[in-house]
Amino acid sequence: MTAYDVERGDRVHPGNPVTVDRHTKAARAYHWVTAACSVLVALSGLALFHPSLFFVTALFGGGQWTRTIHPWIGVVLFFSFAGMFVLFWKANLWRREDGTWLAHLRDVLTGHEENLPEVGKYNAGEKTVFWLTSLLIVVLILSGLVIWDQYFSSYTTIPQKRLALLIHSAAAVTIICVWIVHVYAAIWVRGAIAAMTRGQVTGGWAWRHHRKWLRELVTGRADGGKSGRASAG
Amino acid sequence: MYPPVPNPSTQPGAPVFGEQDIVLRSASSVPAPTRQLTQVAKLIDVSKCIGCKACEAACLEWNDKRIDIGVNHGSYDEPLDLTPDMFTVMRFTEWENPETKNLEWLIRKDGCMHCEDPGCLKACPAPGAIVQYSNGIVDFVHENCIGCGYCVKGCPFNIPRISRVDHTAYKCTLCSDRIAVGEGPACQKACPTQAIVFGPKDDMKKWADIRIADLKSRGYENAGLYDPPGVGGTHVMYVLQHADQPELYAGLPNNPRISPVVELWKGVTKYAGLAVMGAFAAIGFVHQLVSGPNKVSDEDEENARRLAGSGT
Repeated sequence: MTAYDVERGDRVHPGNPVTVDRHTKAARAYHWVTAACSVLVALSGLALFHPSLFFVTALFGGGQWTRTIHPWIGVVLFFSFAGMFVLFWKANLWRREDGTWLAHLRDVLTGHEENLPEVGKYNAGEKTVFWLTSLLIVVLILSGLVIWDQYFSSYTTIPQKRLALLIHSAAAVTIICVWIVHVYAAIWVRGAIAAMTRGQVTGGWAWRHHRKWLRELVTGRADGGKSGRASAG
Repeated sequence: MYPPVPNPSTQPGAPVFGEQDIVLRSASSVPAPTRQLTQVAKLIDVSKCIGCKACEAACLEWNDKRIDIGVNHGSYDEPLDLTPDMFTVMRFTEWENPETKNLEWLIRKDGCMHCEDPGCLKACPAPGAIVQYSNGIVDFVHENCIGCGYCVKGCPFNIPRISRVDHTAYKCTLCSDRIAVGEGPACQKACPTQAIVFGPKDDMKKWADIRIADLKSRGYENAGLYDPPGVGGTHVMYVLQHADQPELYAGLPNNPRISPVVELWKGVTKYAGLAVMGAFAAIGFVHQLVSGPNKVSDEDEENARRLAGSGT
């Protein structure tokens, strides 16, 4: 059996520097479709959320077009994220070291990585972003269907729609905050964006941020990836 | 008899009110008008209604709407509900009064109540799609409407309807275009029994008092005026024989108000939401300034080379 946090396509290439394949073409495609949708869906949603942002509707061809297109972007996002979820969920399962890592959040933010436990392909921060995003996308798509009047207005009562509107806007605010954390972390941790654009990171990056994952990849490579990896537990 | 609204002059004249009299404008603000118009109201006396539907026909005529020929649903209600083309419907209720054992036919003309505190306007995200004039009329401005249906959720009376043709919201305008030239609403004009009267709101209240006194003298001891304070009063009011039980009249809400869920969504959520998102972005910015980028060191690369066995 494979280690839980080694995904298909993860490979280490010795050399100078060492390079590590982190994200497959499929994962990157899903990610960037989701990313584009998330920006568009957030902008069109915010335009209808607060009057001071209504001018953003001009980007989408006016208020009527914004209202029309917003739910469809959400549907595309839902499916592209679902593709990503299938690829990523297993390596994002919670492990013992994740609790320790989170308890040392102060060290994370102040750059004292030497005080952190070795973590697998994703650290507790990435896992939290992953699961919060997954949960909120489900909440958003369900509450969004309830208020998608053009096709679904007859299936729910007005009090239900009012509640759905409140839930939809609160969930949207929360997921935008999660998005900000995600994007900021990717910018702050240099080399992370390359993992999602070129699909590769350097060995040093993997050593610094995901040492347990790197060890597993090296061990797997040493025995040809045939035998099990002890650290999987 | 309440004096009918006189026919206006045939000579062209300036409109009685217009854009300069807007007091509330959805998702935007307007400068306070320089004058206060007389508050108007339409008074619907349910006890005088004979259910002839002249008001429905007049409404369709004046607004140039046509609806499909309906089918018999086993009741006098036709159509069964408001539609984007039908701004008013008569709702017929057969009620047996438990005290008198009399069958009472309660016929309520349903339509926009023109709330003083309009939930539709509060919920609307499109600047200028819903306006309120200082005479109390709440009107939809279709060229600004985006068809989102938020007004439907904001309304405590379930009145606005979204057109499937032009994707904008429709409801009774209180014939703002007729009132602007000194006429009364079309339904009021067509009503053969003066069950609908129109005029200054104060006069309508006084007229209602006369009607209520008359009803009380004839045994309707709970007769009263429906001008619900929960929405700041309305500019369409009812005289009800049983004002203590408005629900009898096809579910007319007892003490309607803008839903607290809508108040929460359009109140604290809107402002706190922006603040929280702004705070997250600001924290990220400050963190970047304070701690700088998290960079991979040469030592990390060296360790990786040693681990991967690619030598040094």
